[in-house]
Amino acid sequence: MAEITNQVILDNLTAQFGEIAHSLNEPWGPMSIRIPPEKNVEVIQFLRDDAGLQFSFLTTLCGVHYPERKEKFDIVYHLHSWVNSIRLRIKCSVAGEPPHVQSLVSVFKCANWMERETYDFFGIIFDGHPNLKRILNVDDMTIFPMRKEYPLEDNTRIDKDDTMFGRDENPFYQHLR
Amino acid sequence: MSDQNIIDSPVRKPTLAAPPEGVEGEGFFATRLDQVVGLARKYSLWPLPFATSCCGIEFMSLMSPHFDFARFGCERMSFSPRQADMLMVMGTIAKKMGPILKQVYEQMAEPRWVLSVGACACSGGIFDTYSVLQGIDQIIPVDVYVPGCPPRPEQIIDGVMMIQQLAENEGLRRRNSPKYKALLESYGIKILNG
Amino acid sequence: MSNIQKHIPLPSDDLETETVTLNLGPTHPATHGIFQNVIEMDGERILSGVSTIGYIHRAFEKIAEHRAFYQITPLTDRMNYCSSPINNMGWHTTVEKLLGIKTPKRVDYLRIIIMELARIADHVVCTSVLAVDAGALTGFLYVMQQREKIYEIWQEICGSRLTTNIGRIGGFERNWPDISFQKLEIFLDGFPKAFAEFEKLLTNNRIFMDRTRNVGPVTPEFAMQYGFTGPNLRATGIDYDVRVANPYSSYEDFDFEIPVGTKGDTYDRFRVRNEEVWQSVNIIKQALQKMPDTDEFTADVPDYVLPPKEEVYNNMEALIYQFKIIMGEVPVPVGEVYHSVEGGNGELGFYLISDGGRKPYRLHFRRPCFIYYQAYTEMVKGCLLSDAIVILSSMNVIAGELDA
Repeated sequence: MAEITNQVILDNLTAQFGEIAHSLNEPWGPMSIRIPPEKNVEVIQFLRDDAGLQFSFLTTLCGVHYPERKEKFDIVYHLHSWVNSIRLRIKCSVAGEPPHVQSLVSVFKCANWMERETYDFFGIIFDGHPNLKRILNVDDMTIFPMRKEYPLEDNTRIDKDDTMFGRDENPFYQHLR
Repeated sequence: MSDQNIIDSPVRKPTLAAPPEGVEGEGFFATRLDQVVGLARKYSLWPLPFATSCCGIEFMSLMSPHFDFARFGCERMSFSPRQADMLMVMGTIAKKMGPILKQVYEQMAEPRWVLSVGACACSGGIFDTYSVLQGIDQIIPVDVYVPGCPPRPEQIIDGVMMIQQLAENEGLRRRNSPKYKALLESYGIKILNG
Repeated sequence: MSNIQKHIPLPSDDLETETVTLNLGPTHPATHGIFQNVIEMDGERILSGVSTIGYIHRAFEKIAEHRAFYQITPLTDRMNYCSSPINNMGWHTTVEKLLGIKTPKRVDYLRIIIMELARIADHVVCTSVLAVDAGALTGFLYVMQQREKIYEIWQEICGSRLTTNIGRIGGFERNWPDISFQKLEIFLDGFPKAFAEFEKLLTNNRIFMDRTRNVGPVTPEFAMQYGFTGPNLRATGIDYDVRVANPYSSYEDFDFEIPVGTKGDTYDRFRVRNEEVWQSVNIIKQALQKMPDTDEFTADVPDYVLPPKEEVYNNMEALIYQFKIIMGEVPVPVGEVYHSVEGGNGELGFYLISDGGRKPYRLHFRRPCFIYYQAYTEMVKGCLLSDAIVILSSMNVIAGELDA
């Protein structure tokens, strides 16, 4: 049960794939690396199968929306190597409408529902996913609700008065919104 | 159970419920039909526990020996709507679940009562979001609302006792009255037999 | 494939054979929570299934983007509502990691007591409900009585039974009253006897073992591919526990074992949960012994911890801190943090991206139930219908955590 460091992971990755954007000493948690979205399956498969690294567990997969950036969506993978007791965070930025990225189902089966959830919330299409349809929201929903432009509340509801909740046009309540 | 001493606990004599108004004699008791029917319904309400989230766990506590729901006549939980009297909606109802709740309600036979347990079922609760139905009274008529997040089992018992009062005092013709039919029409609930 | 009954071959020219589609849920007494499985059956044997979830989707991640850090705690309560204090503590430790707050040992040990009580409550409900689904109702009634005692302890500390909202970022809202420690001692005296009775009913019970042995076995490779964590993973033989792998809240000071199973079937999951309950009782006893003698119940960071109300009304500085914390004028670093705790069902993770403001920019919950429930339709292939019900109960799927 060797304990390897972030530097070792980075060295292995640069040896295999060339220069990789990274932030080595995250103050709070695992090292974050940023890879081009076309390479996500390749890199994660390498990390899983490499005998020295053994990142054999996909902890979680999620999407993030950055409306001001050119690449509007980030997909974040958290990997964990139980044998070496170390975690890794991998980010891919995708642009386009709808954004496309390759599905990870061939590498980790648990990515199936996590990718469906990310599609449901953000509209990111995972190419190669066996069953990419909505999972948590109603099937006939047309919008992708977690995107920043959509409100939290259902604006068609009649029993709640938004002015009572500080959610009105008054700029004084702006920071509470 | 090993931690309770049954031998020394005090035995309390049960209090008898008051009978309805009527004429009593040697071996008979005469009263109005609707009062007898009300009495029978009141003490034998079979609930349909429609437990979706956290309030459902408080319902499990309610069934446990500590609070003992069975003494209200709700000994048999009916999960089939055809055999239930009282629909207890406990927990958040999302918009995806709404049609299913309506279908369950439509399958229940008259007389039926609805108890909305918890803030989420009454009005959406703390989840004022695009995916949560803001109260089940948007889709089915509700008789008693029990607020709380989650309500204590005693509060749910209070709600059930209010339903018992409703069951006791309901007239026999209420379910056929035009006012009740109009209520169901307003929700778009089909009335099956007359 | 269950060995209990061999498939009876029907004469090929006699009867038309076609499969039956059965809808299990979403309102079903045996699915504890609302999720739907449409299963295709050949007689009594299941061929395949399709799961549908989302019937209680409450958009937690979207709500979290609109609430201040201290307002998200009641939200985390309602994820795994059978053991809500663990979710609360997980969230608090995540925010403390972001803000760089170091809690004193007494706070850590108090948190451990709360979390282990929650773990006992969760496991005990799961195993007794597994027995109910196999037909044995008595154990459930015994065990709910003990859960009431745990509720009483939580009530003394935070005022609420089920969705506790216990603790604050940095510690607790007030010091624990003496009566909560007394009730804890009484609980630790009475619980082992009662739980041993419950175990005696089922652990070596011939009928229960026939219902649960070799039902839904899971190999370690299958478990790792499908993202299993928690007792479901430990039943397969892998001893991954977040409390040991990435210790938080001073778990490294405690001495406890991680029970593992061998075959990963329903019986192993049942046994692993029961053993974990005993380990939790052990940890609580150790925490009570090791508790430092001081009176502190919160970290000493006036920037992030609300001052006591008496000082707010009398002291200018406390009033200013109160205002700043509530209005969100406190320094919050920009960055992202991932922190996980060992919940009742496994690794409950919080991925928090902060943009320096009062509310998170993005908060993602790594919900163990959501991730391992995908494997359910794979696990029931080839089983009988009653086995499928028992497998579902043993996986401890909690709808609040599934849909979030």
